[in-house]
Amino acid sequence: MSSPQSPPTDAPAPAQPPTVPPTRRARRSLGRRDGAHATNFSRGYLLKLVLLAVVDALGGYVVLAAWAQGSFGILWSMVALLVAANYVYFSRRALPLKYILPGLAFLLVYQIFVVLFTGFVAFTNYGDGHNSTKSDAIEALLIQNERRVEGSDAYPLTVLADGDELAFAIVTSDGDVRVGRAQSPLETVDDAVATDDVVTAVPGYEILDRQAILQRQEDVTTLRVPVSSDPSDGSIRTQDARSGYVFISTLDYDADADTMTDATTGTVYRPNDDGQFESADGDQLAVGWRVVVGFDNFVKAFADPRYASPFLKIFAWTIAFAALSVVSTFLLGLFLAMVFNDERVRFRRIYRTLMILPYAIPGFLAALLWSGLLNRRFGFINQVLLGGAEIGWLTDPWLAKLAVLGVNLWLGFPYMFLICTGALQSIPGDVMEAAKLDGAGPIRTWRSVIMPLLLVSTAPLLISSFAFNFNNFTLIYMLTGGGPRFADASVPLGHTDILISMVYSISGVDGNAAKDYGLASALSIVIFVIVGTISALAFRQTRKLEEIN
Amino acid sequence: MATLAARTAPPVVTSQRPLSRRRWFAEIGWRHVVGVAAVIYAGFPIVYVVSASLSETGTLTGSNELFADVSLANYTALNGTLFWTWMGNTLVIAIATAVGTVLMGAAAAYAFSRFRFTGRRFGLTALLIVQMFPQMLAFVSIFLLLLGLGNVVPILGLNSTLALICVYLGGALGVNTFLMYGFFNTVPRELDEAAKLDGATHAQIYWTIILRLVAPILAVVGLLSFIASFGEFIIARIILQSEDNWTLAVGLYGWISQLLEANWGLFTAGAVIAAIPVLLLFLFLQKYIVGGLTAGSVKG
Repeated sequence: MSSPQSPPTDAPAPAQPPTVPPTRRARRSLGRRDGAHATNFSRGYLLKLVLLAVVDALGGYVVLAAWAQGSFGILWSMVALLVAANYVYFSRRALPLKYILPGLAFLLVYQIFVVLFTGFVAFTNYGDGHNSTKSDAIEALLIQNERRVEGSDAYPLTVLADGDELAFAIVTSDGDVRVGRAQSPLETVDDAVATDDVVTAVPGYEILDRQAILQRQEDVTTLRVPVSSDPSDGSIRTQDARSGYVFISTLDYDADADTMTDATTGTVYRPNDDGQFESADGDQLAVGWRVVVGFDNFVKAFADPRYASPFLKIFAWTIAFAALSVVSTFLLGLFLAMVFNDERVRFRRIYRTLMILPYAIPGFLAALLWSGLLNRRFGFINQVLLGGAEIGWLTDPWLAKLAVLGVNLWLGFPYMFLICTGALQSIPGDVMEAAKLDGAGPIRTWRSVIMPLLLVSTAPLLISSFAFNFNNFTLIYMLTGGGPRFADASVPLGHTDILISMVYSISGVDGNAAKDYGLASALSIVIFVIVGTISALAFRQTRKLEEIN
Repeated sequence: MATLAARTAPPVVTSQRPLSRRRWFAEIGWRHVVGVAAVIYAGFPIVYVVSASLSETGTLTGSNELFADVSLANYTALNGTLFWTWMGNTLVIAIATAVGTVLMGAAAAYAFSRFRFTGRRFGLTALLIVQMFPQMLAFVSIFLLLLGLGNVVPILGLNSTLALICVYLGGALGVNTFLMYGFFNTVPRELDEAAKLDGATHAQIYWTIILRLVAPILAVVGLLSFIASFGEFIIARIILQSEDNWTLAVGLYGWISQLLEANWGLFTAGAVIAAIPVLLLFLFLQKYIVGGLTAGSVKG
């Protein structure tokens, strides 16, 4: 062979001839051998060009949109991804990355970044009252504390509409017409028509009549139109849709001193470490901003009595639930696998197919279905199987736990049956025969031959099953909703809540509790550490890691 | 592959002589008793849900007599709800996620299995660690991320099906890559090398040789991913905000959590229909599943 042999593993470095630099023709054939399409215009190369053009176009659009919105984090991430994609697919040096990059891009954005961001949020007070930056908080405070100043100017006012959006037009004392909306302050409109302080036409707007105003009464009375771009100038509001009044904030922000002053009482509020304005006697203004609070959220989870006592109970139940679920499903699955691991049993295929049906039912359907079956008054279990007994399967703390485990056994045993069947069948026949020749009875064979071999192959799956059940949110949320509620808890948590459903409740994303993203993220990190530690220890035990070579 | 090959070998030494009735029961007959009990245990809720969906009353109480009356009233009532919209959304999301996961996971597994490059070991270990942090744990920051993305590109923000698919695809690597990596390693390298000698490019080797040989694991990963995104609740619930964008998990949960009594007939009919695609896929791909589930961990 005249051209150099590429290494058998197809290393990323381009193959170079050992002595003579390649001629142009040799280099071209080299390129083809390497599979880099850049030197010929095959179908694959054209396809690659088209795909990359599409990716670049979409990416370019995102970059421009991010520029327009001033979102520089998104802008630079997108630029980095685009540069990486173009480099990887046009270079000859990054062969493995050609295959990894698409998945890696999604992994970086939607998993790695999200995990890191969870870590960041865990150390902030992000949540209700601390949703945004300091300047947003100042603006919100100024707006929220607007009052109509006694004796302030009143203007004749007309309500306008531009599609769905409302606007106000006022007539100033000089007879000028000024128009503004929620997002854009008042501006003088020259070609508007006003007679006797009543605006009759404004180009681009429709003038709302009484009827239309009554229909959108609430929108009209809550609309505030800023007088100017400076929030301290106040805004125009109206109660009767006929006259507008200037509302001015009772708070006054002094940018140089970084203080808020209440004009009515004269109290001075200064920013504190928790991202809120606080007066000398400890009064805090309602809207704060996001600040890094260090380990406060973790301390809150473990020490604040509102969370600490439910947290410990839920933590213990989560471990018990995950462990018992794995053990019960594994034992039942193993038992059934052993029972049907005999060639002489007829209809084995039919048994197996019918038995794995629960595994093929989506988990959320099963949990909802069982929540009906176990209903205290009308459920099939109580009404039919137990002859009308009103047993609170889902409302008694201990029975609810039992019900959760029972439903999970129903859901999970087919999976264990499948993997145990697979593992049993992969135990070589000669090993069994050798055990028999050595005089081992069935029990001895089971204990000393089958179980060890079986555990080697199923242990990693048992660990991932543990990790899965540790976070089996769907089952808990759909079956019991975490209930029955703790009698003494001030937060919406209950006896069957596991850590992940606790995180969900505390985060407040479903609107049932105050939002506390910081605490929820801190608990997510705690879960990750627990599951990660247990899994890592267990994997080390099973020497799973040694298989990566 | 080893598990597939070994299945043909009889695991228990069988004797050819016919057994007496008592010995037959002691050795085999009781297995049928266990089997029937297990089938009843596994199948009873499914029989119940079919019966309840065919019941005329449509309430939880009225569904307790199995097959007392048979009517399609509950199924026709589904037309008056958003059920079919949810079904369509769920199928689109689950299929797109499954296809994307298979394509990206297989490509990554191929790279890890066939190429030797710096960072390979680190990459595999990193994947192992990252997959221990499931995305559902990070739902708060996913919500916040999409809030930010939505300001820039609305279609990647909250309440978008595409955004949900993208989030699910973020988990395409990870456990799937491991499952496939183990399987790819069982495909002999000599095949690649022979093809390479014949002048095939790495792309040709991947698309025309490797992918065909690993079809069983592709089917399993696709199925697992389909089922996972089909039934995923927490992220779907947060991202999809308007009712006509919901998936089945979010929509059916809404029916049950609000009015258990009144919507029971609707729910059971919906559940039967929702279970059908997964069930069909499952039965269709059943032969791959036993081998596939253990392929990543059982080797040799």
